[in-house]
Amino acid sequence: MEEIIGIKGLKKSFGRLSVLKNISCSFEEGRVVSILGPNASGKTTLIKSVLGMVIPDEGDILFKGAPVTGTYNYKRHIGYMPQIGRYPDNMKIGQLFRMVMDIRQEDTALDTDLLKEYKLESMYNKTMRTLSGGTLQKVSAALAFMFNPDVLILDEPSAGLDPFAAEALKEKIMHEKHRGKLILITSHILSEADEISDNIMYLIEGQIKFYKSLHQLKDETGEQKLGRALTKIIV
Amino acid sequence: MFKIAKYIILDIVRSKVLIAYTVLLLAISLTIFMADGDVTKGLVSITTVIMIIVPLVSVVYSTTYYFNAAEFTELLVSQPISRKNILMGKFIGIGSSVLFAFVAGVCIPVSIFAFSATGITLMVSGCLLTLSFVSLAFFTSTRTRDKARGIGLALMLWFYFAILFDGLVLLFLYSFADYPLEKAMIALTALNPIDLARILILLQLDISALMGYTGALYQQFFGSGSGIIFSLILQIIWIGAPLLLALKAFKKKDL
Repeated sequence: MEEIIGIKGLKKSFGRLSVLKNISCSFEEGRVVSILGPNASGKTTLIKSVLGMVIPDEGDILFKGAPVTGTYNYKRHIGYMPQIGRYPDNMKIGQLFRMVMDIRQEDTALDTDLLKEYKLESMYNKTMRTLSGGTLQKVSAALAFMFNPDVLILDEPSAGLDPFAAEALKEKIMHEKHRGKLILITSHILSEADEISDNIMYLIEGQIKFYKSLHQLKDETGEQKLGRALTKIIV
Repeated sequence: MFKIAKYIILDIVRSKVLIAYTVLLLAISLTIFMADGDVTKGLVSITTVIMIIVPLVSVVYSTTYYFNAAEFTELLVSQPISRKNILMGKFIGIGSSVLFAFVAGVCIPVSIFAFSATGITLMVSGCLLTLSFVSLAFFTSTRTRDKARGIGLALMLWFYFAILFDGLVLLFLYSFADYPLEKAMIALTALNPIDLARILILLQLDISALMGYTGALYQQFFGSGSGIIFSLILQIIWIGAPLLLALKAFKKKDL
Protein backbone atom coordinates (compact mmCIF):
# COMPACT_ATOMS: atom_id res chain seq x y z
CA MET A 1 0.00 0.00 0.00
CA GLU A 2 1.30 3.38 -0.94
CA GLU A 3 1.43 6.15 1.62
CA ILE A 4 -0.59 9.19 0.61
CA ILE A 5 -0.41 11.38 3.68
CA GLY A 6 2.46 11.36 6.12
CA ILE A 7 2.60 13.38 9.30
CA LYS A 8 5.93 13.90 11.04
CA GLY A 9 6.31 15.38 14.51
CA LEU A 10 3.30 17.66 14.21
CA LYS A 11 2.89 20.16 17.03
CA LYS A 12 0.31 22.86 17.39
CA SER A 13 -0.80 25.02 20.25
CA PHE A 14 -3.40 27.75 20.48
CA GLY A 15 -1.95 30.24 22.93
CA ARG A 16 -0.92 28.29 25.99
CA LEU A 17 -3.15 25.35 25.15
CA SER A 18 -1.19 22.69 23.38
CA VAL A 19 -3.61 20.86 21.11
CA LEU A 20 -1.37 18.51 19.14
CA LYS A 21 1.70 17.14 20.86
CA ASN A 22 4.12 15.53 18.49
CA ILE A 23 1.87 13.53 16.18
CA SER A 24 3.50 11.20 13.66
CA CYS A 25 1.59 8.77 11.52
CA SER A 26 0.94 7.78 7.95
CA PHE A 27 -2.20 7.13 5.97
CA GLU A 28 -2.29 4.73 3.02
CA GLU A 29 -4.47 4.46 -0.04
CA GLY A 30 -7.50 2.20 -0.15
CA ARG A 31 -8.19 2.57 3.56
CA VAL A 32 -10.90 4.05 5.69
CA VAL A 33 -9.31 5.51 8.80
CA SER A 34 -11.49 6.63 11.68
CA ILE A 35 -10.00 9.22 13.97
CA LEU A 36 -11.70 8.85 17.31
CA GLY A 37 -11.24 10.53 20.64
CA PRO A 38 -13.05 12.57 23.27
CA ASN A 39 -14.05 16.18 22.67
CA ALA A 40 -11.10 18.56 22.43
CA SER A 41 -8.64 15.76 21.79
CA GLY A 42 -7.35 17.46 18.64
CA LYS A 43 -9.20 15.53 15.94
CA THR A 44 -10.45 18.54 14.01
CA THR A 45 -7.14 20.36 14.45
CA LEU A 46 -5.31 17.37 12.97
CA ILE A 47 -7.64 17.31 9.98
CA LYS A 48 -7.41 21.04 9.51
CA SER A 49 -3.61 20.89 9.60
CA VAL A 50 -3.66 18.39 6.76
CA LEU A 51 -5.93 20.76 4.84
CA GLY A 52 -3.67 23.74 5.50
CA MET A 53 -6.39 25.55 7.40
CA VAL A 54 -4.39 25.39 10.61
CA ILE A 55 -0.69 26.21 10.30
CA PRO A 56 1.41 23.82 12.39
CA ASP A 57 3.97 25.18 14.86
CA GLU A 58 6.40 22.36 14.18
CA GLY A 59 6.59 19.26 12.07
CA ASP A 60 5.85 18.34 8.49
CA ILE A 61 2.87 17.15 6.56
CA LEU A 62 3.74 15.14 3.47
CA PHE A 63 1.35 14.57 0.60
CA LYS A 64 2.59 11.81 -1.66
CA GLY A 65 6.04 12.37 -0.23
CA ALA A 66 6.29 16.13 -0.64
CA PRO A 67 5.96 18.59 2.25
CA VAL A 68 2.90 20.75 1.77
CA THR A 69 2.95 23.42 4.47
CA GLY A 70 2.30 26.75 2.78
CA THR A 71 1.45 25.26 -0.60
CA TYR A 72 -2.00 24.74 -2.06
CA ASN A 73 -1.85 22.64 -5.21
CA TYR A 74 -2.16 19.34 -3.33
CA LYS A 75 -5.66 20.38 -2.22
CA ARG A 76 -6.72 19.51 -5.74
CA HIS A 77 -6.57 15.90 -4.60
CA ILE A 78 -8.54 16.36 -1.41
CA GLY A 79 -12.27 16.51 -0.88
CA TYR A 80 -13.28 18.01 2.44
CA MET A 81 -16.61 17.85 4.21
CA PRO A 82 -16.62 20.21 7.21
CA GLN A 83 -18.34 19.56 10.50
CA ILE A 84 -20.74 22.42 9.95
CA GLY A 85 -20.89 23.52 6.34
CA ARG A 86 -21.83 27.14 5.98
CA TYR A 87 -21.93 28.92 2.67
CA PRO A 88 -22.71 32.44 1.47
CA ASP A 89 -26.27 33.15 2.60
CA ASN A 90 -27.56 34.59 -0.62
CA MET A 91 -26.09 31.92 -2.85
CA LYS A 92 -28.20 29.17 -4.38
CA ILE A 93 -27.19 25.51 -4.30
CA GLY A 94 -26.64 25.41 -8.04
CA GLN A 95 -24.55 28.55 -7.92
CA LEU A 96 -22.40 27.10 -5.17
CA PHE A 97 -21.61 24.00 -7.20
CA ARG A 98 -20.93 26.04 -10.30
CA MET A 99 -18.71 28.37 -8.32
CA VAL A 100 -16.54 25.61 -6.89
CA MET A 101 -16.28 24.05 -10.35
CA ASP A 102 -15.30 27.43 -11.73
CA ILE A 103 -12.66 27.94 -9.04
CA ARG A 104 -11.16 24.47 -9.31
CA GLN A 105 -11.31 24.28 -13.09
CA GLU A 106 -10.64 20.60 -13.42
CA ASP A 107 -11.12 18.51 -16.47
CA THR A 108 -11.83 15.27 -14.64
CA ALA A 109 -15.32 13.92 -14.99
CA LEU A 110 -17.53 15.04 -12.13
CA ASP A 111 -18.79 12.52 -9.65
CA THR A 112 -22.48 13.29 -9.29
CA ASP A 113 -23.54 10.12 -7.45
CA LEU A 114 -24.38 11.85 -4.19
CA LEU A 115 -25.90 14.79 -6.02
CA LYS A 116 -28.38 12.38 -7.56
CA GLU A 117 -28.79 10.25 -4.47
CA TYR A 118 -29.72 13.29 -2.38
CA LYS A 119 -31.84 14.79 -5.15
CA LEU A 120 -29.96 18.06 -4.83
CA GLU A 121 -30.38 18.91 -8.48
CA SER A 122 -34.06 19.57 -7.97
CA MET A 123 -33.14 22.04 -5.23
CA TYR A 124 -30.65 24.05 -7.29
CA ASN A 125 -32.75 27.18 -6.93
CA LYS A 126 -32.95 27.15 -3.16
CA THR A 127 -30.86 29.74 -1.34
CA MET A 128 -28.39 28.55 1.26
CA ARG A 129 -30.02 30.57 4.02
CA THR A 130 -33.26 28.61 3.74
CA LEU A 131 -31.67 25.16 3.96
CA SER A 132 -31.93 22.92 7.02
CA GLY A 133 -28.82 21.64 8.76
CA GLY A 134 -29.24 18.20 7.22
CA THR A 135 -29.57 19.54 3.70
CA LEU A 136 -26.44 21.62 4.22
CA GLN A 137 -24.62 18.45 5.24
CA LYS A 138 -25.82 16.79 2.06
CA VAL A 139 -24.50 19.72 0.04
CA SER A 140 -21.14 19.49 1.83
CA ALA A 141 -20.94 15.76 1.20
CA ALA A 142 -21.81 16.06 -2.47
CA LEU A 143 -19.23 18.81 -2.85
CA ALA A 144 -16.50 16.76 -1.17
CA PHE A 145 -16.98 13.80 -3.50
CA MET A 146 -17.63 15.83 -6.61
CA PHE A 147 -14.11 16.16 -8.02
CA ASN A 148 -13.01 12.54 -7.66
CA PRO A 149 -10.26 13.36 -5.16
CA ASP A 150 -7.70 10.78 -4.04
CA VAL A 151 -8.30 11.66 -0.41
CA LEU A 152 -11.59 12.34 1.32
CA ILE A 153 -11.61 14.07 4.66
CA LEU A 154 -14.94 13.92 6.41
CA ASP A 155 -15.41 15.72 9.73
CA GLU A 156 -18.32 14.10 11.57
CA PRO A 157 -20.11 13.27 8.35
CA SER A 158 -23.28 11.67 9.65
CA ALA A 159 -24.09 14.26 12.32
CA GLY A 160 -27.37 15.80 11.20
CA LEU A 161 -27.99 13.47 8.28
CA ASP A 162 -31.17 11.43 8.23
CA PRO A 163 -30.70 7.62 8.40
CA PHE A 164 -31.23 7.13 4.66
CA ALA A 165 -28.78 9.86 3.76
CA ALA A 166 -26.24 8.51 6.25
CA GLU A 167 -26.63 5.05 4.74
CA ALA A 168 -26.12 6.40 1.24
CA LEU A 169 -22.99 8.20 2.39
CA LYS A 170 -21.68 5.02 3.97
CA GLU A 171 -22.17 3.12 0.74
CA LYS A 172 -20.44 5.87 -1.18
CA ILE A 173 -17.50 5.75 1.23
CA MET A 174 -17.13 1.99 0.77
CA HIS A 175 -17.39 2.37 -2.98
CA GLU A 176 -14.63 5.00 -3.07
CA LYS A 177 -12.47 2.92 -0.76
CA HIS A 178 -12.58 0.01 -3.18
CA ARG A 179 -11.45 2.38 -5.90
CA GLY A 180 -8.23 2.88 -3.93
CA LYS A 181 -8.97 6.14 -2.19
CA LEU A 182 -7.99 7.18 1.28
CA ILE A 183 -10.85 8.24 3.49
CA LEU A 184 -10.27 9.99 6.82
CA ILE A 185 -13.26 10.27 9.10
CA THR A 186 -13.70 11.78 12.53
CA SER A 187 -16.69 10.53 14.36
CA HIS A 188 -18.31 10.00 17.69
CA ILE A 189 -20.57 7.25 16.51
CA LEU A 190 -18.70 4.04 17.27
CA SER A 191 -21.11 1.64 15.60
CA GLU A 192 -20.59 3.50 12.36
CA ALA A 193 -16.80 3.51 12.69
CA ASP A 194 -17.05 -0.20 13.46
CA GLU A 195 -18.93 -0.81 10.25
CA ILE A 196 -16.76 1.03 7.76
CA SER A 197 -13.23 1.54 9.05
CA ASP A 198 -10.09 -0.45 8.40
CA ASN A 199 -7.93 1.45 10.85
CA ILE A 200 -8.72 3.23 14.08
CA MET A 201 -6.68 6.12 15.41
CA TYR A 202 -7.46 7.16 18.94
CA LEU A 203 -6.40 10.61 20.10
CA ILE A 204 -6.27 11.74 23.70
CA GLU A 205 -5.13 15.24 24.62
CA GLY A 206 -3.27 15.73 21.40
CA GLN A 207 -1.41 12.45 21.42
CA ILE A 208 -2.00 9.21 19.59
CA LYS A 209 -3.14 6.69 22.16
CA PHE A 210 -3.09 3.99 19.53
CA TYR A 211 -3.32 3.56 15.77
CA LYS A 212 -4.21 0.02 14.77
CA SER A 213 -6.26 -1.89 12.33
CA LEU A 214 -9.77 -2.65 13.50
CA HIS A 215 -9.02 -6.31 13.17
CA GLN A 216 -5.98 -6.21 15.37
CA LEU A 217 -7.85 -4.16 17.93
CA LYS A 218 -10.62 -6.69 18.18
CA ASP A 219 -8.20 -9.58 18.33
CA GLU A 220 -6.14 -8.05 21.09
CA THR A 221 -9.12 -7.30 23.26
CA GLY A 222 -11.08 -10.37 22.34
CA GLU A 223 -14.18 -8.25 21.77
CA GLN A 224 -16.49 -8.30 18.79
CA LYS A 225 -17.64 -4.70 19.03
CA LEU A 226 -15.48 -1.61 18.66
CA GLY A 227 -17.22 0.15 21.54
CA ARG A 228 -16.44 -2.64 23.97
CA ALA A 229 -12.90 -3.00 22.68
CA LEU A 230 -12.30 0.70 23.19
CA THR A 231 -13.62 0.71 26.73
CA LYS A 232 -11.37 -2.21 27.52
CA ILE A 233 -8.28 -0.37 26.30
CA ILE A 234 -9.05 3.11 27.51
CA VAL A 235 -10.52 2.42 30.96
CA MET B 1 -8.53 36.02 -7.48
CA PHE B 2 -10.93 37.83 -9.79
CA LYS B 3 -13.23 34.84 -9.74
CA ILE B 4 -13.51 35.06 -5.98
CA ALA B 5 -14.07 38.80 -6.29
CA LYS B 6 -16.79 38.13 -8.84
CA TYR B 7 -18.67 35.77 -6.54
CA ILE B 8 -18.35 38.13 -3.59
CA ILE B 9 -19.73 40.99 -5.66
CA LEU B 10 -22.62 38.80 -6.82
CA ASP B 11 -23.31 37.94 -3.19
CA ILE B 12 -23.14 41.55 -2.00
CA VAL B 13 -25.38 42.81 -4.79
CA ARG B 14 -28.14 40.53 -3.53
CA SER B 15 -28.02 41.95 -0.02
CA LYS B 16 -29.77 45.22 0.73
CA VAL B 17 -27.29 46.88 3.05
CA LEU B 18 -25.10 48.32 0.34
CA ILE B 19 -28.10 49.50 -1.66
CA ALA B 20 -29.31 51.35 1.43
CA TYR B 21 -25.87 52.96 1.77
CA THR B 22 -25.91 54.04 -1.88
CA VAL B 23 -29.38 55.54 -1.47
CA LEU B 24 -28.30 57.35 1.70
CA LEU B 25 -25.27 58.91 -0.01
CA LEU B 26 -27.38 59.81 -3.01
CA ALA B 27 -30.01 61.42 -0.80
CA ILE B 28 -27.38 63.44 1.07
CA SER B 29 -25.69 64.70 -2.10
CA LEU B 30 -28.93 65.51 -3.88
CA THR B 31 -30.56 67.33 -0.96
CA ILE B 32 -27.45 69.40 -0.38
CA PHE B 33 -27.19 70.39 -4.04
CA MET B 34 -30.94 71.03 -4.35
CA ALA B 35 -31.19 73.04 -1.14
CA ASP B 36 -28.40 75.45 -1.90
CA GLY B 37 -27.75 77.22 -5.16
CA ASP B 38 -24.13 77.81 -4.22
CA VAL B 39 -22.22 74.81 -5.52
CA THR B 40 -19.07 75.56 -3.52
CA LYS B 41 -21.01 75.63 -0.27
CA GLY B 42 -22.62 72.39 -1.33
CA LEU B 43 -19.25 70.77 -1.83
CA VAL B 44 -18.08 71.89 1.61
CA SER B 45 -21.22 70.44 3.19
CA ILE B 46 -20.81 67.17 1.32
CA THR B 47 -17.16 66.98 2.37
CA THR B 48 -18.12 67.42 6.01
CA VAL B 49 -20.75 64.71 5.82
CA ILE B 50 -18.81 62.15 3.82
CA MET B 51 -15.67 62.50 5.94
CA ILE B 52 -17.75 61.05 8.77
CA ILE B 53 -20.05 58.58 6.99
CA VAL B 54 -17.82 57.10 4.30
CA PRO B 55 -15.06 55.85 6.61
CA LEU B 56 -17.61 54.59 9.13
CA VAL B 57 -19.66 52.59 6.66
CA SER B 58 -16.61 51.32 4.76
CA VAL B 59 -14.85 50.02 7.84
CA VAL B 60 -17.91 48.55 9.58
CA TYR B 61 -19.42 46.99 6.46
CA SER B 62 -16.14 45.39 5.40
CA THR B 63 -15.54 43.99 8.87
CA THR B 64 -19.06 42.59 9.13
CA TYR B 65 -18.87 41.04 5.71
CA TYR B 66 -15.44 39.62 6.41
CA PHE B 67 -16.65 37.83 9.52
CA ASN B 68 -20.00 36.75 8.06
CA ALA B 69 -18.11 35.08 5.25
CA ALA B 70 -15.71 33.30 7.61
CA GLU B 71 -17.09 29.87 6.76
CA PHE B 72 -16.97 30.71 3.09
CA THR B 73 -13.30 31.55 3.57
CA GLU B 74 -12.83 28.14 5.18
CA LEU B 75 -14.39 26.52 2.15
CA LEU B 76 -12.06 28.44 -0.13
CA VAL B 77 -8.99 27.57 1.92
CA SER B 78 -9.81 23.88 1.56
CA GLN B 79 -9.79 24.35 -2.23
CA PRO B 80 -6.61 24.58 -4.31
CA ILE B 81 -6.23 28.36 -4.16
CA SER B 82 -3.46 30.29 -2.45
CA ARG B 83 -4.33 32.28 0.63
CA LYS B 84 -3.01 35.41 -1.03
CA ASN B 85 -5.51 35.04 -3.85
CA ILE B 86 -8.33 34.43 -1.40
CA LEU B 87 -7.65 37.59 0.58
CA MET B 88 -6.99 39.71 -2.49
CA GLY B 89 -10.16 38.37 -4.07
CA LYS B 90 -12.09 39.34 -0.97
CA PHE B 91 -10.52 42.80 -0.96
CA ILE B 92 -11.29 43.40 -4.61
CA GLY B 93 -14.83 42.09 -4.15
CA ILE B 94 -15.72 44.06 -1.04
CA GLY B 95 -13.67 47.11 -2.03
CA SER B 96 -15.22 47.48 -5.45
CA SER B 97 -18.73 47.04 -4.06
CA VAL B 98 -18.31 49.76 -1.44
CA LEU B 99 -16.56 51.89 -4.03
CA PHE B 100 -19.46 51.41 -6.41
CA ALA B 101 -21.84 52.71 -3.74
CA PHE B 102 -19.67 55.81 -3.35
CA VAL B 103 -19.45 56.37 -7.10
CA ALA B 104 -23.20 56.03 -7.54
CA GLY B 105 -24.10 58.00 -4.42
CA VAL B 106 -21.58 60.85 -4.52
CA CYS B 107 -19.50 60.93 -7.69
CA ILE B 108 -22.44 60.96 -10.09
CA PRO B 109 -24.33 63.84 -8.40
CA VAL B 110 -21.09 65.79 -7.99
CA SER B 111 -20.20 65.41 -11.66
CA ILE B 112 -23.67 66.60 -12.62
CA PHE B 113 -23.94 69.56 -10.26
CA ALA B 114 -20.38 70.60 -9.51
CA PHE B 115 -17.93 69.36 -12.08
CA SER B 116 -14.84 71.37 -11.20
CA ALA B 117 -11.31 70.91 -9.87
CA THR B 118 -12.79 70.78 -6.37
CA GLY B 119 -15.42 68.31 -7.45
CA ILE B 120 -12.81 66.02 -8.97
CA THR B 121 -10.63 66.26 -5.86
CA LEU B 122 -13.65 65.35 -3.76
CA MET B 123 -14.42 62.33 -5.93
CA VAL B 124 -10.84 61.04 -6.05
CA SER B 125 -10.13 61.52 -2.35
CA GLY B 126 -13.49 60.00 -1.44
CA CYS B 127 -12.72 56.90 -3.49
CA LEU B 128 -9.23 56.56 -1.99
CA LEU B 129 -10.66 57.13 1.48
CA THR B 130 -13.21 54.37 0.93
CA LEU B 131 -10.52 51.92 -0.12
CA SER B 132 -8.18 52.83 2.72
CA PHE B 133 -10.89 52.11 5.27
CA VAL B 134 -11.77 48.82 3.61
CA SER B 135 -8.08 48.01 3.81
CA LEU B 136 -7.93 49.02 7.49
CA ALA B 137 -10.95 46.80 8.13
CA PHE B 138 -9.05 43.87 6.61
CA PHE B 139 -6.07 44.70 8.79
CA THR B 140 -8.12 44.50 11.99
CA SER B 141 -10.27 41.55 10.86
CA THR B 142 -7.31 39.32 10.06
CA ARG B 143 -5.91 40.02 13.50
CA THR B 144 -9.00 39.23 15.54
CA ARG B 145 -10.82 35.96 15.93
CA ASP B 146 -14.38 36.86 16.79
CA LYS B 147 -16.81 39.17 15.13
CA ALA B 148 -17.75 41.28 18.15
CA ARG B 149 -14.15 42.16 18.85
CA GLY B 150 -13.50 42.79 15.17
CA ILE B 151 -16.37 45.23 14.84
CA GLY B 152 -15.39 46.88 18.13
CA LEU B 153 -11.89 47.39 16.84
CA ALA B 154 -13.21 48.73 13.53
CA LEU B 155 -15.38 51.26 15.38
CA MET B 156 -12.46 52.30 17.56
CA LEU B 157 -10.35 52.80 14.48
CA TRP B 158 -13.01 55.02 12.96
CA PHE B 159 -13.47 56.91 16.21
CA TYR B 160 -9.73 57.48 16.41
CA PHE B 161 -9.29 58.75 12.86
CA ALA B 162 -12.53 60.72 12.58
CA ILE B 163 -12.73 62.29 16.03
CA LEU B 164 -9.93 61.54 18.45
CA PHE B 165 -7.07 62.34 16.09
CA ASP B 166 -8.08 66.00 15.71
CA GLY B 167 -8.29 66.31 19.48
CA LEU B 168 -4.80 64.88 19.84
CA VAL B 169 -3.47 67.26 17.20
CA LEU B 170 -5.01 70.20 19.07
CA LEU B 171 -3.47 68.95 22.29
CA PHE B 172 -0.13 68.67 20.53
CA LEU B 173 -0.46 72.20 19.13
CA TYR B 174 -1.42 73.58 22.50
CA SER B 175 1.42 71.91 24.39
CA PHE B 176 4.07 72.96 21.90
CA ALA B 177 2.63 76.34 21.04
CA ASP B 178 5.98 78.04 21.64
CA TYR B 179 7.71 76.15 18.87
CA PRO B 180 7.36 76.48 15.10
CA LEU B 181 5.02 73.61 14.27
CA GLU B 182 4.10 74.20 10.66
CA LYS B 183 6.25 71.44 9.19
CA ALA B 184 5.32 69.08 11.99
CA MET B 185 1.65 69.74 11.23
CA ILE B 186 2.10 68.60 7.65
CA ALA B 187 3.80 65.44 8.88
CA LEU B 188 0.99 64.85 11.37
CA THR B 189 -1.60 65.16 8.64
CA ALA B 190 0.02 62.27 6.83
CA LEU B 191 -0.85 60.05 9.76
CA ASN B 192 -4.57 60.30 9.13
CA PRO B 193 -6.18 59.41 5.79
CA ILE B 194 -9.32 61.43 6.64
CA ASP B 195 -7.31 64.59 7.27
CA LEU B 196 -5.36 64.07 4.07
CA ALA B 197 -8.56 63.89 2.07
CA ARG B 198 -10.19 66.78 3.89
CA ILE B 199 -7.24 69.16 3.53
CA LEU B 200 -6.85 68.32 -0.12
CA ILE B 201 -10.49 69.16 -0.79
CA LEU B 202 -10.64 72.30 1.36
CA LEU B 203 -7.50 73.71 -0.21
CA GLN B 204 -9.14 73.55 -3.62
CA LEU B 205 -11.82 75.86 -2.28
CA ASP B 206 -9.63 78.90 -1.54
CA ILE B 207 -11.02 79.17 1.93
CA SER B 208 -7.69 78.26 3.43
CA ALA B 209 -7.12 81.96 3.95
CA LEU B 210 -9.53 81.60 6.84
CA MET B 211 -7.26 79.04 8.45
CA GLY B 212 -4.51 81.50 9.36
CA TYR B 213 -0.80 80.98 9.01
CA THR B 214 -0.91 77.18 9.06
CA GLY B 215 -3.58 77.35 6.41
CA ALA B 216 -1.31 79.45 4.25
CA LEU B 217 1.47 76.97 4.74
CA TYR B 218 -0.85 74.10 3.90
CA GLN B 219 -1.91 75.98 0.82
CA GLN B 220 1.70 76.45 -0.16
CA PHE B 221 2.49 72.77 0.36
CA PHE B 222 -0.65 70.84 -0.50
CA GLY B 223 -1.81 73.35 -3.07
CA SER B 224 1.26 72.82 -5.20
CA GLY B 225 1.54 70.05 -7.73
CA SER B 226 4.10 68.12 -5.72
CA GLY B 227 1.99 68.52 -2.57
CA ILE B 228 -1.02 66.99 -4.32
CA ILE B 229 1.09 64.11 -5.55
CA PHE B 230 2.54 63.71 -2.05
CA SER B 231 -0.88 63.42 -0.50
CA LEU B 232 -2.17 61.10 -3.22
CA ILE B 233 0.80 58.81 -2.67
CA LEU B 234 0.16 58.87 1.07
CA GLN B 235 -3.47 57.98 0.52
CA ILE B 236 -2.41 55.06 -1.64
CA ILE B 237 0.02 53.98 1.09
CA TRP B 238 -2.94 54.07 3.47
CA ILE B 239 -4.59 51.53 1.17
CA GLY B 240 -1.56 49.37 0.48
CA ALA B 241 0.14 49.17 3.86
CA PRO B 242 -2.79 47.84 5.94
CA LEU B 243 -3.60 45.40 3.14
CA LEU B 244 -0.03 44.08 3.10
CA LEU B 245 -0.07 43.63 6.86
CA ALA B 246 -3.44 41.89 6.58
CA LEU B 247 -2.01 39.56 3.96
CA LYS B 248 0.92 38.74 6.21
CA ALA B 249 -1.41 37.95 9.10
CA PHE B 250 -3.82 35.95 6.95
CA LYS B 251 -1.07 33.69 5.64
CA LYS B 252 -0.32 32.58 9.18
CA LYS B 253 -3.88 32.53 10.44
CA ASP B 254 -5.57 29.41 11.74
CA LEU B 255 -9.11 29.02 10.46
